[in-house]
Amino acid sequence: MTATLIERHTIAVLVDNEPGILARVVGLFSGRGYNIESLTVAETDAQQHLSRITIVTTGTPMVIEQIKAQLDRLVPVHKVSDLTLVGPHVERELALVKVAGTGEKRVESLRIADIFRANAIDSTNASFVFEITGSTEKINAFIKLMEPLGLVEVSRTGVVAIARGDRGL
Amino acid sequence: MTTALPQTDLSGAELLLKALVDQGVDVVFGYPGGAVLPIYDALFQQNSIRHILVRQEGGAVHAAEGYARSTGKVGVVLVTSGPGATNAVTGLTDALMDSVPIVCLTGQVPTHLIGNDAFQEADTTGITRPCTKHNYLVKDVNQLARTVHEAFYVARSGRPGPVVIDLPKDILIGKGRYTPAANVSHKSYNPRTTAEPNKIAEVVDLLAKAKRPLFYCGGGVINSGPRASELLTQLVRTTGYPCTLTLMGLGAFPASDPLFLGMLGMHGTYEANWAMHDCDLMVAVGARFDDRVTGRLTAFSPGSKKVHIDIDPSSINKNVRVDLPVVGDVAAVLEDILALWKKKNLKPDGKALAAWWEQIDKWRARDCLRYKKTNDIIKPQYAIQRLYELTKDRETYITTEVGQHQMWAAQFYKFEKPNRWMTSGGLGTMGYGLPAAMGVQIAHPDALVIDIAGEASILMNIQELSTIAQYRLPVKAFILNNEYMGMVRQWQELLHGGRYSESYSAALPDFVKLAESFHCAGLRASKVSELDDVIAEMLRVDGPVVADIVVDQKENCFPMIPSGAAHNEMLLGPEDKASKPTSEEGMVLV
Repeated sequence: MTATLIERHTIAVLVDNEPGILARVVGLFSGRGYNIESLTVAETDAQQHLSRITIVTTGTPMVIEQIKAQLDRLVPVHKVSDLTLVGPHVERELALVKVAGTGEKRVESLRIADIFRANAIDSTNASFVFEITGSTEKINAFIKLMEPLGLVEVSRTGVVAIARGDRGL
Repeated sequence: MTTALPQTDLSGAELLLKALVDQGVDVVFGYPGGAVLPIYDALFQQNSIRHILVRQEGGAVHAAEGYARSTGKVGVVLVTSGPGATNAVTGLTDALMDSVPIVCLTGQVPTHLIGNDAFQEADTTGITRPCTKHNYLVKDVNQLARTVHEAFYVARSGRPGPVVIDLPKDILIGKGRYTPAANVSHKSYNPRTTAEPNKIAEVVDLLAKAKRPLFYCGGGVINSGPRASELLTQLVRTTGYPCTLTLMGLGAFPASDPLFLGMLGMHGTYEANWAMHDCDLMVAVGARFDDRVTGRLTAFSPGSKKVHIDIDPSSINKNVRVDLPVVGDVAAVLEDILALWKKKNLKPDGKALAAWWEQIDKWRARDCLRYKKTNDIIKPQYAIQRLYELTKDRETYITTEVGQHQMWAAQFYKFEKPNRWMTSGGLGTMGYGLPAAMGVQIAHPDALVIDIAGEASILMNIQELSTIAQYRLPVKAFILNNEYMGMVRQWQELLHGGRYSESYSAALPDFVKLAESFHCAGLRASKVSELDDVIAEMLRVDGPVVADIVVDQKENCFPMIPSGAAHNEMLLGPEDKASKPTSEEGMVLV
């Protein structure tokens, strides 16, 4: 097909928290060749056993429309909402970043963490684990700055997102 | 004093059968095994449900598909764990592609052994997840009846499809409470069936303004029920607009009607494909713009406004971007369109329509289905024409396998009613036709059921002749025997320099003797002069028949849109084939 603009969309999916639901969603993406940039999932309503999945995906507008229609077709899916389309929304990610080093590098990593409002949640004489939340870009920037200072490993949650304003999903 | 006693507990297997009976099930197609023995024991002790013992689980699913597609009801399959379930996978995928409502019950090892690589264990819900509409693993016997009711609801609602219920053996033996069907409603799956009124108004407006309109209709019309076919026929006749059907849609509009242009697509008629290319309004009804229909997408019907009526939103704008999507059940939407058209007392643009029909008649005059008549060797097209002429006045149901014979059947057998044509369209499953015919015959014991087959396809599920014999099903297998996997050979001839790699059906059985060994009558026709007699004898025999029709080995299926070509680049016959080499882009297409 003709080359169309690739868009990045953040999609929230409300599903029954039942065995296999994540496999259904992930299998849909792999089986149909859609991209997953990030995917997060956790139960958000324990009484009704509902989980909320946040998926960041990329594709042409036609593919994005397909992704939403295909998700909506899964039987345990209650609601699919394209946060990128419905209006302004906030996105956050959490990362744990381990940095090892001594001397000036160690001090510098603390200084940068302070600027980024990251917290040191574990510390040894030669290492820190920082906890940082923010937009994907902010976390990317933080990790990049940590690289020359002794970055050891990173664990990221992927994006969670919610629409602004008083309306629910 | 009478007080409602708490319902006595039943075993899982008994709960299952009770739920099936509540769902109106009268027949299941299955094969026993260790994990489902409790169900077979319960089946033995009741008379409400008939069990048809197939010879391989794949046959059970196709039989259930034939049952479902010829009745509109949900087909039910019962197989054991492990290989029973994996053998069912092809049929489930077939049912998913062709939107056939199936509930497949699979046995499973007891819950405490799941994940231990137990004997005949397979991750059935994992394996069938991508090839079912939905699937369940029942882990609590008290949820069993509820799950069955939900599965039937999911299988038949919206765009129908197959649903698997995996049943661990301990659940089948354990005791639990029954949940009646009426108490079950679905919390998340409620597909939309009626369209917004403003969409209906837009469709009617486009219909009234069209100069070169075309109805392009598919299996969704048939899945919507016989009423949808009636409404479609009314709408087409009221407007006087031309109508073409997909392979899956044959029978949704009467083939004898002059407004019918025949099937469209790769082996569709010249007039249907050209009308698709040149129309200014395309109304797609329950069709999904499959690649076999559209040809090259970039050249697909370039000048038309496209309306797409479908119950499945994910079918809309998948391959082709349409101008007006209408989500809803075909019958409900057509009813609204027809009502509004009549209420507004609309008339088509008579002058434009006459010109459009004049153009269509020119395409028709090319007589695209013509073939060389012969006096000795039987042309496969001729065999189907004769079969049609000699069976058209009966209550006839046709199934097919997959390949050239399937396309010739679609081109030359004329269907006047829905649910009379069962073929594997989406998945293209060789071996579908014989077991499917079995399922159709079970549902319609007095009807004439014919599997139009090829000699290669039918061998893929030939074991089902044994089932057919056991239940005395008078199924007729009409084999167009050209000793080749004909469609493979045709593509090799057209695209691969005539190198017939592995497409010759070597060491074929003698189908007459094979039939006899399976307790069926075996017949053979090798010459034109023998054909009518063999068909007459096949119809006369009160029992299963295998008719081996020896046909021209080199005949190819035309007309044809070569892969990667557009509707207006159709080849009419062998003399056309060298005009354009197939592009590299086309070569990679299936």
